[in-house]
Amino acid sequence: MKPSALALLVAIASGPALAAEQPVAPYPQSDANAGAAPFKDDRVFQALHGKAGVARITADLIERLKTDSRTSDIFRAADFERLDRTLNEEFCYVAGGPCHYSGMDMKTAHKHMGLQEIHFNALVEDLEAAMTKEGVPWRVQARLLAKFATMKPEVVDASRN
Amino acid sequence: MGFSGRMAAAALAAGVALVTAGAAEAHEWQWGGKLDLTRGVANVEGAGGGGLATWALITGNETRDGIGGELSATYINLPAYSVRVFGGGVGLFDRVEATVARATFDTGATGAKLGLGRGFTFDQTILGAKVRLLGDAVYDQSTWLPQVAAGLQYKANDRGAIVRAVGADHDADVDVYIAATKILLDQSLVLSATARATRANQFGFLGFGGDRSRAYAAEFEGSAAYLLTAKLAVGAEYRSKPDNLSFAREAAAFDVFVAYALTRNLSVTAAYVDLGDIATFRGQRGAYVSLQAGF
Repeated sequence: MKPSALALLVAIASGPALAAEQPVAPYPQSDANAGAAPFKDDRVFQALHGKAGVARITADLIERLKTDSRTSDIFRAADFERLDRTLNEEFCYVAGGPCHYSGMDMKTAHKHMGLQEIHFNALVEDLEAAMTKEGVPWRVQARLLAKFATMKPEVVDASRN
Repeated sequence: MGFSGRMAAAALAAGVALVTAGAAEAHEWQWGGKLDLTRGVANVEGAGGGGLATWALITGNETRDGIGGELSATYINLPAYSVRVFGGGVGLFDRVEATVARATFDTGATGAKLGLGRGFTFDQTILGAKVRLLGDAVYDQSTWLPQVAAGLQYKANDRGAIVRAVGADHDADVDVYIAATKILLDQSLVLSATARATRANQFGFLGFGGDRSRAYAAEFEGSAAYLLTAKLAVGAEYRSKPDNLSFAREAAAFDVFVAYALTRNLSVTAAYVDLGDIATFRGQRGAYVSLQAGF
């Protein structure tokens, strides 16, 4: 058996871990959809420990959002495959890493979710916790959080419509 | 409670019901949800702020979708005196803050030297109200515009005869202030400046106005804090005060502080304060410790 065929078999057998994203209606893709301009250099991205670190932070954040009593209901029916991919892109892109953001803009992504400030703040705190677990210094966390804080109106206010 | 008292209570209850019903209709309101430390701590007058300075942040753990509250206990140990402050407050929709504080200035052994008697205390009740006018210290990270709030403090001193005997004009008065506070997250900094119109002598413990000046003076409060983490801040504060009484000069106050959020609901502030000369006793510098519960 060729190695590629073996890999395919393993992939099929392991099931949910490699579940495909659910389809979404087409939308114009642009880095501008990320909702914040990226840092001009990659120091923040490096402090997040590159793509591997961003992947660990994102995975940990998603686990926290699933179990946080403030956010668990919101993410109950989420497409976690797509969320993981687009959050990885978002963090990597805004942190100044070599990535592009292919997700929806902040207003569209949160439309009809009925979010309140408490949910936005819960995500901020869970992201802080995930970055702290990754060993990212607070100073760097704060620089990245400053980028995301400005998205609050687009995320929360637009979600009411 | 008399008839008018019952009417007032009923009107207040109806008002609260209307406000909460309105909020519930717009969107579910809830307790809590504010980011750690973004309610500030309770200052010496029971208002949301630093230790000596008043900030534009609104007290309580609520977001704009809810109601929150705060309780605080503060102790200042000085060479000749001590100060105790117990306060409580409510925050409405991260917009309005109402606070009440009972502050005691204890002359301890110094009371005998001042001819007042050992353990003589000056007490004042402070009622405060603050409203956020514009800006958002936390979320407005892409602009220099600070959060701006305006407030009133009514202070009533229980030693009218004595504060008049040392030259003060009044035993009760109102302070008016405007505060601007900015959290610069990308610098891990919190900066705040407040302008206050006041006649208070030693925060009001020695009454209001005096033989040297009877008029309101514009005074300044400034704070700078560095966030070591999301839960730990170190900083310094300055607060200028009027100098209305000829029997004892009054100078500006300073402090250096550390504030730590022990949990989402509990924070502690420890500081070294320099309150200058108080009632002829020079160099009143000492330890400040304050515990706050926010919900």
